[in-house]
Amino acid sequence: MNANIQESATARRSGQPEPAALVPPVDVIEDASGITLYADVPGVPKDRLNLRVDGDTLIIEGEMALEIPRDMEATHVEVSVPRYRRVFTLSRDLDTENMSAELRHGVLKLRISKAEAARPRRIEVRAE
Amino acid sequence: MNELSLFPRDLLAEMDRLQRRLMQAFDLSPSIRGFARGYPALNAGGTPESAEIYAFAPGLDPATIEVQVERGVLSISGERKSELPEADDKSTVHVNERFAGRFHRVVTLADDLDPNAVHARYRDGVLHVSIKRKAAARPRRIAVE
Repeated sequence: MNANIQESATARRSGQPEPAALVPPVDVIEDASGITLYADVPGVPKDRLNLRVDGDTLIIEGEMALEIPRDMEATHVEVSVPRYRRVFTLSRDLDTENMSAELRHGVLKLRISKAEAARPRRIEVRAE
Repeated sequence: MNELSLFPRDLLAEMDRLQRRLMQAFDLSPSIRGFARGYPALNAGGTPESAEIYAFAPGLDPATIEVQVERGVLSISGERKSELPEADDKSTVHVNERFAGRFHRVVTLADDLDPNAVHARYRDGVLHVSIKRKAAARPRRIAVE
């Protein structure tokens, strides 16, 4: 990953164990005005998605809500944990006040703008 | 690896169960980077009335998902477009883990399932296919006179 966003191993320093979670695959794209992060979180409805920024830490958490018949017995399981978690460290160049998030068909799209000072500026060259 | 059976005594399912039990026994983290089995990941289960299949296929246009039942085989196919920018764009891709391209997964169905009673629904990026068992195959309570 680049300097603007880095993955972190843990979210909390309290030491209490967190429930097991899947690590959602992500794409991270940077352009002149900010970064866009896509994360696959299939099964998570909007009200069970939890996005938090704590200082320079971005935490993406989500709980699945699948319609499962009460008397169903699983016969084949590839997704064995009903939640996702992934933690990133954001650089100071990113303006976390300027963040937008969309969740559509199980894909989270997160847009974080760069702080004004960190944006590349085009310097005009004048010919005298 | 793409085929699986819905029979409860199926070898693959047994191996899966065994592996999960082993992982629990050794307290290994079940945390998985991405979905190791490819796209979409599948869960399956059964009730006395139906078989339920869950395909974890986020980011699709529901109209483009192809679900077919033919000769006792359920197939799920489609294509996921990449969100990544074109190469000449003024942007940089730092991480590229998400699946893009065509996919196809196949599930062998048990004999007692009714190919005419298939219900498919796409919600929050999960395709849920529910297939009813043939009426004759469902357990019935016989009244004792």
